[in-house]
Amino acid sequence: MDPLVLARIQFAATTIFHFFFVPMSIGLVFMIAVMETMYVVKGKEVYKTMAKFWGKLFLINFAVGVVTGILQEFQFGMNWSDYSRFVGDVFGAPLAIEALAAFFLESTFMGIWIFGWDRLSKKVHLLSIWLVCLGTTLSALWILAANSFMQHPVGFEVNNGRAEMNDFFALIANGQLWVEFPHTVLGALATGSFLICGISAYKMLKKKDYAFFKSSFKIAVIVALLSSFLTAIFGHQQAQYLVETQPMKMAASEGLWGKSGDPAPWTVVAAIDPKTKENKFEIKIPYLLSFLSYSKLNGEVKGMNELQAEYTQKYGEGNYIPPVRTTFWSFRIMVAAGSLMILFAAYGLYLWMRKKMDRPNKGYLRLMLFGISLPYIANTSGWIMTEFGRQPWTVFGLMTTADSVSPNVTAGQLLFSIIAFCAIYTVLAVVMVFLWVKVIKQGPYAKDHSDDEHSTDPFGKEGYHAVS
Amino acid sequence: MLSLNELWFILVAVLFIGFFFLEGFDFGVGMATGILAKNDTERRVLINAIGPFWDGNEVWLLTAGGAIFAAFPNWYATMFSGYYTPLVVLLLALIARGVAFEFRGKVQDDRWKKTWDVCIFIGSLLPPFLLGVVFAGFMKGLPIDGQMEMRAGLFDMVNWYTLVGGITVTVLCFVHGLLFTVLRTEGELQNKARKLAKQMLYPLAALLALTGIATYFATDIFEAHGAVLSVLALLGLAAFLLAGYFLSRERDGWAFGMTGAVIALAIVGVFAGLFPNVMISSIDTAFNLTIHNAASGHYSLKVMTIVAVSLLPFVLGYQIWSYFVFHKRVHEKSHLEY
Repeated sequence: MDPLVLARIQFAATTIFHFFFVPMSIGLVFMIAVMETMYVVKGKEVYKTMAKFWGKLFLINFAVGVVTGILQEFQFGMNWSDYSRFVGDVFGAPLAIEALAAFFLESTFMGIWIFGWDRLSKKVHLLSIWLVCLGTTLSALWILAANSFMQHPVGFEVNNGRAEMNDFFALIANGQLWVEFPHTVLGALATGSFLICGISAYKMLKKKDYAFFKSSFKIAVIVALLSSFLTAIFGHQQAQYLVETQPMKMAASEGLWGKSGDPAPWTVVAAIDPKTKENKFEIKIPYLLSFLSYSKLNGEVKGMNELQAEYTQKYGEGNYIPPVRTTFWSFRIMVAAGSLMILFAAYGLYLWMRKKMDRPNKGYLRLMLFGISLPYIANTSGWIMTEFGRQPWTVFGLMTTADSVSPNVTAGQLLFSIIAFCAIYTVLAVVMVFLWVKVIKQGPYAKDHSDDEHSTDPFGKEGYHAVS
Repeated sequence: MLSLNELWFILVAVLFIGFFFLEGFDFGVGMATGILAKNDTERRVLINAIGPFWDGNEVWLLTAGGAIFAAFPNWYATMFSGYYTPLVVLLLALIARGVAFEFRGKVQDDRWKKTWDVCIFIGSLLPPFLLGVVFAGFMKGLPIDGQMEMRAGLFDMVNWYTLVGGITVTVLCFVHGLLFTVLRTEGELQNKARKLAKQMLYPLAALLALTGIATYFATDIFEAHGAVLSVLALLGLAAFLLAGYFLSRERDGWAFGMTGAVIALAIVGVFAGLFPNVMISSIDTAFNLTIHNAASGHYSLKVMTIVAVSLLPFVLGYQIWSYFVFHKRVHEKSHLEY
């Protein structure tokens, strides 16, 4: 098989897998920090139990996120060495800063948080979880700064056959970053809060620790509504930015071959045929694409055929049309999942406001259990749309994916590593789900085995008495 | 005055010293769970002794990788694509080890725990060995062509010299980890660790000597930097002897510091020996990767210098603080998280 195809499969598979865990980590750690803050402010033991229970789930998830992240950093050099040579000067900087500014912070304070419950004052312990939260967010900021450069390259000039940084601040001020970062981080908060809502709903259905899960649900549903609504707002911003900087991705995500006409209608569904470059069937909503693109009810959007002609003139012969059906459908799946999330969370808040949460509404609770899957669907399809939509480029307008791959890595080596990583990732996923189910079944008041038979902490007061 | 290229070469060396010094001991403790510990409680004490630290320690490796990417993109590209298969194995080992710490204590079942204990043991044994092989390869030279592509066969990467390097690094980390165990535990486990550390000093001495001699004959780094390397070797010898002395006097902190010094001096030796190269080509010395032809532009290096100089003190500060927070010894009656 072609090493390029294999390298792409590996990148897609490992990145998508890694990105199941990252938004969950960012979202959960925020929720835990909020719960621990309520514990410190209100002094109620139940909030501490909450932070610890959700913390247990978070830690299992965090471990998988961290270990799969190591591969992400190494993969650029292993599979995409020509890419690394060409853009290392610009792209390497945010990655190095991510490690220096974010990874150290989150991993060091994570250790302090886990082992520090009885060793630190309440406030210092609380500070440590907020620092983990800051670390995960900074990590997202820097990795997205690197990704934004690939979507919309700025702050560089091409010298000696490679991209060299000439303006670091342009890299940070990249407009792409400031639509992508809030969209991604808010999506992550939605992921974490929907997870807590869903699991709480399940336990409320089972009538286990009802009060505990009801208050977890309440905290989470507010965050869920706010974050999923704001994610959509920033998604809209991102679409507008896309029209300016990557019109081809926009056209592909609309399945738009010719000109849209003015005002432009939005295509809800279409039967796209990339071979004949036409849509056999489509349903359209008038005005909506103009609104999505420009926030007003008129304005035309360029189609793929026109852009292909423009790009051929600018970059030379080649196919500049990304995989249209993948881009088109992943966009729609993301939007659909996101819309459902807003509706689900809004209805939950409505029930709560009307004080109907005390009488369990079984239908709604079941819906929220299913709702756990929505952010994952949205995150994954959003990521697929962004990355597939950029093809054939790795760095838009500068370097193609075909030119990026390592010339000295063989198909055999790639096949070996794909099989190895997919195998170990599958095991991780199975074990993780198994452990999650176990922790959820045990509930928040289960006897913690880590404080088991010798359950005396020598650092706490009671520990000294027990030992002496 | 140092050029920025030289400064970044030193910073990368510093990051690797931090990595091998810190993760070196938690790799060693990981190995000890398979060699020293006799039962589940002892294993748990060992794992909890490194519990608050190992994740932060591993970040030193990630940062070193990121720093090489940013400051020496050609070095990053040549090394990571050229050493493809060993790196896949390294990653698998680190993945298995990382999740094993988190997973092992979550189910009370012997087979479950044994499985993850095997992952911890192998995941702690393989990385120092593989990294030793990689670093030895840097010094011995690898088939790097005029396009900076490394096309190495198995025996370019794995030969008697690189094997000696790999085994030495592994044993060094093991002894370093045993001394950390002596520092962080008490009672029976501590005695066992101290005894084994003493016994291991002899094979370690033999391996270190063998590596030094082999390096003299198998590489040409002594030709360029003979004087510096001889001084480093003497300092290393002194640190090693002091480690033995302090260990016999039960001055455990000092003994641990001295094995740390041996590690640091070894890394300094590797980097000083390579300078100004970062990887040596066995095809033609004209194809060597150097701190100049492998580096980023001046502007990038300047930006990265400002970032690194402003962030490193904070990182060092809170990492040191975390060791202070958990300075008390772990024993079987402690709160055992894992």
